[in-house]
Amino acid sequence: MAESRVAFDLQIPSDVEYIEGVVELARQRCREIKLSPTKCSLNVPVALTEALSNAILRGNDATGGKHVRVRAIISETDLVFEVVDEGPGFDVEECTVDCTTPENLTREEGRGLFLMRQLMDRVENFRDKGNVVRLTLRRP
Amino acid sequence: MSFSIKKQGEVVVVDVEGQLIVGNRQELKQKVLDELEKGEKKFLIDFSQTGYIDSSGLGVLVSLSKKIREQGGELRLANLNDDLQTLFELTKLDTLFQISDTRERALESF
Repeated sequence: MAESRVAFDLQIPSDVEYIEGVVELARQRCREIKLSPTKCSLNVPVALTEALSNAILRGNDATGGKHVRVRAIISETDLVFEVVDEGPGFDVEECTVDCTTPENLTREEGRGLFLMRQLMDRVENFRDKGNVVRLTLRRP
Repeated sequence: MSFSIKKQGEVVVVDVEGQLIVGNRQELKQKVLDELEKGEKKFLIDFSQTGYIDSSGLGVLVSLSKKIREQGGELRLANLNDDLQTLFELTKLDTLFQISDTRERALESF
């Protein structure tokens, strides 16, 4: 298995106002490991924002007092983000909606998981001391 | 991140500076709805100073588009950078909105 290091490990209050700060930190790490400009400015910011807002608004139900943990792990082959909330969890496959179909195109909601899966190489969901969403982007 | 609104001729032009995401989408929605309530019909959102947009931001654009149309108005978008263009293509929202390369072209298109 490739050696990996934790690029950051944060616990934030369950409040969407904290998302931009975490995303900016993630972008810095992406630039440091020389990911492509598009991965730094589109794939990672959007996918991580979706994972964090899901964790805050759905997992933790926007409840004060709860927290979200977010870790970035870098190996020679991958960049991985793990977002952990205090909710019951969900099935990524089951909950992903194809927002591009004619009946879904004009819906206001339902694009979050779809975008995460389009913009990351792998999106997984499992339980480990909370509900974990793991986003993996392969490094070139 | 902030939104500035000004009138160019008959068109209400909104500049989105920074990100349009879950934390600020309601502010944009309310600003546009306030103008719609005042009787404005033509809206242009300019993304030349925008970083990225998440699904909540896209959802607000869809919602505003519907509400403006219901009032007999039009919403157009301009100046999507390559990343934003990719985002609209991935979600096929490029088929739902009229998008112009420049603010001038968008203004002329009303």
